[in-house]
Amino acid sequence: MTTINANPDAILDTHASRDNYLTHTRGFLSWAFTLDHKRIGVMYLVGVLTAFFVGGIFALLLRTELLTPGATITADPNVYNQWFTLHGAIMVFLVIIPSIPAALGNFILPIMLGAKDVAFPRLNLFSFWLWMAGALFAVVALMRGGFDTGWTFYVPYSTTTETGGVIPVVVGVFILGFSSIFTGMNFVVTIHKLRPPGMTWFRMPLFLWALYSTALIQVLATPVLAITLLLLIVERAVGIGIFTPSLGGDPVLFQHFFWFYSHPAVYIMILPGMGIVSELFAVHAHRHIFGYRFIAYSSVAIAIFSFLVWGHHMFVSGQSPLINTLFSAISFSVAIPSAVKVFNWTATLYKGSISLTTPMLYALAFLILFTIGGLTGLHLATLNTDVHLHDTYFVVAHFHYVMMGSALIAMIGGLHHWWPKITGRLYNERLGSLACIIIFIGFNVTFFTQFMLGSHGMPRRYYDYQPEFTTYHQISTMGSYIMASGFLITAWCLLSSLWNGERSPANPWGGRSLEWQCSSPPPHDNFPTQPRVGDCYDFSCVVWSEEENGYVVDRSLDPELNPNAPKRAGAH
Amino acid sequence: MSSITAGTQGHGHDAHGAHGAHGAHDAHGAHDHPPFLAHHFESPQQQFDSAKLGMWLFLATEVLFFGGLFVAYAVLRMRFPEVFSYASHYLDTIMGGVNTAVLILSSLTMALAVRFAQTGRKAAMLICLWLTLAGAAGFMVIKYFEYTHKIHEHLVWGTTFYVPPDNAEGQTEATELAKEPPPAPLGVTVADPTQPALPVLAKVPATDAAAIKPAARAPSGLASPREMAKAEGIKTGEGTTGAHPSLHLEDRKMPPNTHLFFGIYYAMTGLHGVHVIAGGVMLIWLIWRGMRGDFGPKYYTPVDAGGLYWHIVDLVWIFLFPLFYLIH
Repeated sequence: MTTINANPDAILDTHASRDNYLTHTRGFLSWAFTLDHKRIGVMYLVGVLTAFFVGGIFALLLRTELLTPGATITADPNVYNQWFTLHGAIMVFLVIIPSIPAALGNFILPIMLGAKDVAFPRLNLFSFWLWMAGALFAVVALMRGGFDTGWTFYVPYSTTTETGGVIPVVVGVFILGFSSIFTGMNFVVTIHKLRPPGMTWFRMPLFLWALYSTALIQVLATPVLAITLLLLIVERAVGIGIFTPSLGGDPVLFQHFFWFYSHPAVYIMILPGMGIVSELFAVHAHRHIFGYRFIAYSSVAIAIFSFLVWGHHMFVSGQSPLINTLFSAISFSVAIPSAVKVFNWTATLYKGSISLTTPMLYALAFLILFTIGGLTGLHLATLNTDVHLHDTYFVVAHFHYVMMGSALIAMIGGLHHWWPKITGRLYNERLGSLACIIIFIGFNVTFFTQFMLGSHGMPRRYYDYQPEFTTYHQISTMGSYIMASGFLITAWCLLSSLWNGERSPANPWGGRSLEWQCSSPPPHDNFPTQPRVGDCYDFSCVVWSEEENGYVVDRSLDPELNPNAPKRAGAH
Repeated sequence: MSSITAGTQGHGHDAHGAHGAHGAHDAHGAHDHPPFLAHHFESPQQQFDSAKLGMWLFLATEVLFFGGLFVAYAVLRMRFPEVFSYASHYLDTIMGGVNTAVLILSSLTMALAVRFAQTGRKAAMLICLWLTLAGAAGFMVIKYFEYTHKIHEHLVWGTTFYVPPDNAEGQTEATELAKEPPPAPLGVTVADPTQPALPVLAKVPATDAAAIKPAARAPSGLASPREMAKAEGIKTGEGTTGAHPSLHLEDRKMPPNTHLFFGIYYAMTGLHGVHVIAGGVMLIWLIWRGMRGDFGPKYYTPVDAGGLYWHIVDLVWIFLFPLFYLIH
């Protein structure tokens, strides 16, 4: 205790108390009407993971259907069209976009800031209800006959298709958009106005920089999607003609509108993942993050670039060659801030004392998968190769490497990283690591194969294919089964820890940011007082305590506060 | 643990050092937390700044929300300039102008309400809020008359635009047409959806079109439909159930794709109308809270934020009015 007493950083009661956010009040209503960001985050987490399960089932159905040319498990190609539409729409709108900001971000952001809550707790709850309503509309759409438009809802197909669920699902996505906007607004204001004394912009954990950049995109891009979907609903319902070519409208205008949102949305998915990975590398390598400012600025740079590249989805939609060239050039430049991050993460590992924990394995998986996903993006940003690769499995493989291999892998890595904080339990490290390795192998078997399929000319979204593609398709399907078994092990690993996991100390990994300085699980109010903030990536003063069975922050070892402190490994 | 808690007092943020004296789970003393201050804010100023920033962000989303429609407007107008300069004649500039004045006045009363809330003049603030609400209601009433008039004259969206209202058979046909537009190559505009309807519907007026005096205000030789109606001796049917309620159907000068103008007109003014209604609901809420005595010089955040919202609704109309009514 003496070390703690000398240490104002550890002013917080880090001992798990019986009164934490989970036990503070009881009953269904205390959750449904909670204003506590932690409970809202947990509810989001449950919702997002449930949707991930459903979306995953559709992915397995798709891959199983593609085991053989022609009919495999369904004789009706229209059913297949509905499956890939559902898989895409669920994974994009219900899973990946809200997964990190709304689920993990809601839980972690205020605690990392040392705040008691987000700036607008009621709006936060409202945004969760909107998410539920959006999900409900997707179910209604299924009951009204489903939808087979693909997740992009391109006109004029979406205004003419016979499937009856188009309007309900578009209404659902419209509502989900507002859920996303309100989360973004909340985070921007929280980060601007609720930072504690001492936490300047450049002392924020990089996860917060990433969430901030993401929130800006959510606020500025999503309204354009909202108006586009509103016009699509009106177009399909009464035919006002703005997007319908037979009425004088312009279907390419829809594509412009759609991608003006949906390209930035890709960065809504990946930026928070990059933020998580920045935390994982630093904490689990016990080394100061390399190039803090560059990583922070590159997040903002990516957010800005994200608004200027939407046209690269429409290289073959009849844009002028000049516009194509400009969009191609700007798309290339996104590689710069992305590479800045990759190099900085790699440099962070150099001479670090790396613990190969499950979160670290996920971070390493991210590093490899994101590099592959990012570099193959350059093939698609190049005009002449894109004409060949457009709408083939190459595109499918590329965006799965980025959206799943990067964004979702980072999310699951972050989930393992903060699981002890959220639940107060430690999961089985061996099982978690094993699952991560299985997922990594399964992922590459599934999607690397699809790069070959695509470059050989297999178009995406096809129910049937030429027999020469059979081997590739079968390898890919086997990979998806491997991946699914990995996810099942992960689910078992995490869920079983709730019953028989060891109780977690406040700081199991040796993190320095504020969330590791309140108990696991955190108390209802997070912190009794606004905590003081040090350099959240200086691990030289984070020491193991046998008494706590976890790490503690010993301020007397912090060179920033005590110039006479002995220099230790992990200092910058 | 108590020694640890006590040790924080010297380190706390100077304004909040007193918090440390409270128990771990009741850190919010009543003495510096007035009832309107939410538990997670440290000071009223922080709460006010947060609300203000949040509102500005929301306004940014509103600008982008309408921004999409303005882009659609720009694209359509660039592709069919003749449609816009022709169809704009059918809009009632007087009604639109009155509505503009009503909204600008309501913005003034809203701004005054914010000022009176800041200075603590409750009665004056409530009067101004009531006046703003009256402006919102007045705007919607005028808009209602405009819309019913247009619908009566059959100036509507989509293919129904080309079918006179008494032609029930044609109506069903048009609805079917809207559902299943004939296949057209992507990006290519089908020249004229009026073609199938016109030979049946258009009764060529007895007067030779060349004899019509050009309208005073219409540019590039386009006749104002009202002028033309006068020249042809046709009753305009304004406010009455005339024999020719669907004037445009008999106008051979009507350019193809004129329905698009009304499509975007209803989309933009309709969405704006929804925002006015939302503003009205917000005003009722503000009046209710104001009557309860919630607002004063120390706390007027909702009035301030509500005012910002009302001004953006006003501002959108300031752009809509000239873009639709004043382009001929």
